[in-house]
Amino acid sequence: MSENVQGMTRRNLLAMVGFAAGASAMYSAMAGMGYAGTSDYTGPIKLEGDPKGTTVLVLGAGLAGMTAAYELTKAGYKVQILEYREKAGGRCWTLRGGDVYTELGDFKQEVKFAEGNYLNPGPWRIPSDHYAVLDYCKRFGVKLEPFIQINYNAYVHNTEAFGGKPQRFKEIQSDYRGQIAELLAKAVDQKKLDELVTEEDAALLIESLKKYGVLDDKLEYVKSGATSLYRGWAVDPGGGTQSAGEPSEIISLADILKGRLWNDLITGESIDHQAAIFQPVGGMDMIAQAFEKEVKDLITYNAKVTKIEGGEDGVTATWVDSNGGTEEKTAKADYCICTIPFSVLGQIEHNFGSEMSAAIDDVYYASSIKVGLEFKRRFWEQDEHIYGGISYTNTPITLISYPSTNFFSDGPGVLLSGYSWGAASYQFNAIPAEQRIEKALEYGSQIHPQMRDEFSNGVAVAWHRVPWTLGCYGEWRDMDANYANACKMDQRTLMAGEHISHLPAWQEGAILSALDAIKRLHQHVIGA
Amino acid sequence: MKRQISLAVFAAALAASASGAFAQDFVVSGSTKNLPQTEGDAIYHAVCSGCHMPEGEGAVGAGHYPALAGDAFLESPDAVIAWVLHGYKAMPPLGGIMDDAQVAAVVNYVRHNLGNNFEGETTAEDVAAAR
Repeated sequence: MSENVQGMTRRNLLAMVGFAAGASAMYSAMAGMGYAGTSDYTGPIKLEGDPKGTTVLVLGAGLAGMTAAYELTKAGYKVQILEYREKAGGRCWTLRGGDVYTELGDFKQEVKFAEGNYLNPGPWRIPSDHYAVLDYCKRFGVKLEPFIQINYNAYVHNTEAFGGKPQRFKEIQSDYRGQIAELLAKAVDQKKLDELVTEEDAALLIESLKKYGVLDDKLEYVKSGATSLYRGWAVDPGGGTQSAGEPSEIISLADILKGRLWNDLITGESIDHQAAIFQPVGGMDMIAQAFEKEVKDLITYNAKVTKIEGGEDGVTATWVDSNGGTEEKTAKADYCICTIPFSVLGQIEHNFGSEMSAAIDDVYYASSIKVGLEFKRRFWEQDEHIYGGISYTNTPITLISYPSTNFFSDGPGVLLSGYSWGAASYQFNAIPAEQRIEKALEYGSQIHPQMRDEFSNGVAVAWHRVPWTLGCYGEWRDMDANYANACKMDQRTLMAGEHISHLPAWQEGAILSALDAIKRLHQHVIGA
Repeated sequence: MKRQISLAVFAAALAASASGAFAQDFVVSGSTKNLPQTEGDAIYHAVCSGCHMPEGEGAVGAGHYPALAGDAFLESPDAVIAWVLHGYKAMPPLGGIMDDAQVAAVVNYVRHNLGNNFEGETTAEDVAAAR
């Protein structure tokens, strides 16, 4: 049928239009958060049936471990948690003034942020389709506020374009869209795409492109009041005798293309960054603290697991005090939920089978760094009218994120002044914290020259130096060969954590994997 | 030219901080694929030292990073090449951020320095064959 033919042509056209977007999306995938899945969470887990006093040892008091412990306890299990650190939360972690963070190599950083300011070294955003995290926040009373992901008044910046001068997101976004729409509208109007578009669609397409790209009746995207409503005015409209608004000049498509400023225009549009997106009021670890409140009595802190041995009678974990202790203690239970990152678990003596051992060894942990800098005043708000959101740059810091809270306050503010992956993050990882901060200032100053004068203090977390994860998140070398095996019960142990999920690096993945593990554990126990 | 200027600024900042670490070239961009260093010493201190530490002494936390100083595991150049290229267990593959000559340079560095004195010179060709 001819409709099929038309359908095909429409798809081809969409594929064409989407080509640039695809490249950009691919970049952001390479930049770290490669997987954009929607959560399959449908509501609080119901574990029905009496486990008759079955005991469970949970290794790790991050979100996965605490989710498992909380729900299993509610279902009637007796649970004990061993945690390496002196507090719960794992990568759900916030640094505030007064905190001392010691990274591997015994390098210490004292956080000097003012009251109320913080850096989330790990997760910092909660997408609105991460239903499980949001549900636990609601159940535990964790207050959430909007996280501003896209700010049209923030910048896109490339050292090789526009003389290194950052450009406003709204100008590039509007001009890029408008000029692409113009090209396409003209091509259709001049019947150059007849092979691809039916006559009926062509008329509608032109009409839609006029609207979408803010084109005039000649199908042109030009300097005008109409386009200035999207890209901003040269002189803003005023009251009374003041200007009626002076339209701004358009940046040419050629300059935008060459400058690669299209690179991050859709970064905030993937389902895990779309508005609405949230953050806990006061820092990400408000979630950790809320979970910890529920399961605190079950946790043994400062417990470094040195051996895990499972068998027909249950699972025994041997541990020592994390602060250099040598006295061995043991914890024993009928079953174990192990959330220890595979980077660490692979170094712990265990008697898992060859398939599980191969799965553990298959996972390496990604490199990533975050730098938080505190400034004496909120110059990005006061001087540049940027309220929250993110500026993107091609320099090694990749972005600057402005606080989504305490707008217009006079006090100092903290910028996330670097969030890098790949080669850049390896280099940040390998230099001392004070140099990471110095580099963040050097690159950040290219976007905000005020940084040097306004700088107060900073903290830099390089994830390969984090003593309890040895990296940011788990990446499979051969997921097809090993992932399913990692999900199987072995020696009465089930693995959980972001690495055992299809939403890796996200807290949602950690919680979903824990819920899935305890569901299967419960079926096993009740069915047995 | 630009890079030289920013390097000079960085070097000055380093001198000011007097931290003892030496200045190093830095990737130009957050999406730069390969490290800019070419010498083994510089490559080591741009990547490997992040985990294995500046003197190759390793580090211990919940898990540990093996010391490379005086490590018998470094005796086989082929093994070291494979670890750098493909990683090993928690160690990430680094073949994606270094070309063959860079891998060879850093393999030679760790085998001939950090208190090690193993025989044999690794070449870019050896690395290419192991990719």
